[in-house]
Amino acid sequence: MHPAPSVIIFTVTAGAGYGLLFWLALSRLAGLTPTISNGQFIAVGIIGLILVTVGLLSSTLHLANPKNAWRSFMRFRTSWLSREAVFAVLFYPLALLWLLLSGNAFLSLLVAALCIVILVCTAMIYASLKTIRQWNNALTPVNFVLLGLSAGAALFTLITLIQGVYTPRVLALTIAVIAAAAFSKLLYFSWIGQPAGPTINTALGFTRATVQLLDVGHSSDTFLTKEFGYEVARAKIIWARVIAIVVGFVLPLVFLTGLLGTPGIAHAALASLMVLAGVFVERWLFFAEARHVVTLYHGQQRT
Amino acid sequence: MKLGLVIDLDTCVGCHACAVACKQWNTSGTTGPLSDYEPYGKEPSGVWFNRIRHYEVDEYPHNKTINTPMSCMHCDDAACVTVCPTGASYKREEDGIVLVDQSKCMGCNLCAWACPYGARELDQEQGVMKKCTLCVDRIYDVNLPKEDRQPACVLTCPTSARFFGDFDDPNSEVSTLVRERGGYAMMPEVGYNPVNKYLPPRERPTAPQATKTAETNGSADASTKTQSLLGKWLQKQKSAFDSLGER
Repeated sequence: MHPAPSVIIFTVTAGAGYGLLFWLALSRLAGLTPTISNGQFIAVGIIGLILVTVGLLSSTLHLANPKNAWRSFMRFRTSWLSREAVFAVLFYPLALLWLLLSGNAFLSLLVAALCIVILVCTAMIYASLKTIRQWNNALTPVNFVLLGLSAGAALFTLITLIQGVYTPRVLALTIAVIAAAAFSKLLYFSWIGQPAGPTINTALGFTRATVQLLDVGHSSDTFLTKEFGYEVARAKIIWARVIAIVVGFVLPLVFLTGLLGTPGIAHAALASLMVLAGVFVERWLFFAEARHVVTLYHGQQRT
Repeated sequence: MKLGLVIDLDTCVGCHACAVACKQWNTSGTTGPLSDYEPYGKEPSGVWFNRIRHYEVDEYPHNKTINTPMSCMHCDDAACVTVCPTGASYKREEDGIVLVDQSKCMGCNLCAWACPYGARELDQEQGVMKKCTLCVDRIYDVNLPKEDRQPACVLTCPTSARFFGDFDDPNSEVSTLVRERGGYAMMPEVGYNPVNKYLPPRERPTAPQATKTAETNGSADASTKTQSLLGKWLQKQKSAFDSLGER
């Protein structure tokens, strides 16, 4: 699949924003940062909302006809994209009320739950497509949630350190969620490596003989080849995977677990940057590795 | 009513006339225009509702060229409709035709992503998704003679490889063809229950082919030259054995 920058920026920054707001809400509920002042609480909330807003605005950039974007609330019952749009818009009044009421416990619970729900909806837009086996599996929503929470947690650690309201429990949770995200992503890479799904034979109904493309029928690129025919060299994919894992998970864990000295603001800042950079590479890979079944008609033997 | 197409892979010669007729009708029809990008440039491209691809099935000497015209299958379980967030994509209750209401489409491409058959193409000039309408602006036009109330691709096909009809009627031409010729759906495992069906090539005797008989007596043939003595001897025994049945 063609990795559209607007969609990558959307899923990464909005994911990090919802992750940050989740940890802020959880810290309110579980008392992770007991010394946080009202102003500091609101400041973190606003940073989270800014990230979310930048992401959502970026998502509208890939629309070919954005004047109809408001119509995306119309099919809540069947469309995950519609569900995401509805929840994302409902989130704003709720989150603002929550910040104004300085983290009322019930609203904290609601905000935390809604953050996860929105991350799942975003992931399900992709995971619900039966045409792309690399997306159409349960690990896709798990990865989206865990990666959003990882980026949010790293940012939350950094901000609480800067604000001086940090407690070791915040760090412990950050390390745990980054480790969990690393595990699920490695599982995903191994999962999509298994051959499965339609082949050129089932695509054309000739299952008892070899089939190969003679001519694709058009002389230059079409919408279909541009959108779905994205090809990356295998070596580049492998490198991107290594970078995503090392930069997104291994190095942040090295910084945060104190292998390079007791984690301070500098450590947390580097870890946050690296988690975000790693998730960017991961999200690029998510698209670049996805092979749509229509490519079978363009001559691929399998997806 | 469940309207759709049957395409005969036995008689299709891959001439692209259906695609051209489709483009001609629909670019000036209710869903038009079907925008072209740099039509006279180096890399002309544009929106098409129907694309024909050519494949080679099996290997020599059993190989066969197959031409596959593909357009919207008007699936019974059309995911392009359910994923659409705006309600622009819809499937008609009365005849099962899948359509796009262009005034509602926001151009997010998700329906095209959900389609396994590449039936949906974004019109980059207008920013909306476009697709085969089964010539809905033609098949119900009472001003046309009855025999002309068919999709443009069906009417134009020079080898009559395309058929249009109601799959809900067991006695319709399309239902009969599917029943009698073993009509099948493409990529059924995705689970969308496509309505359009394809008729497989008929079994027919292969054309006689020139066969080269092994030259056993001494000279010529490069292959026998490079063979070992034992190989030559075996070859000789084999052809001798094979010749037992001959007169």
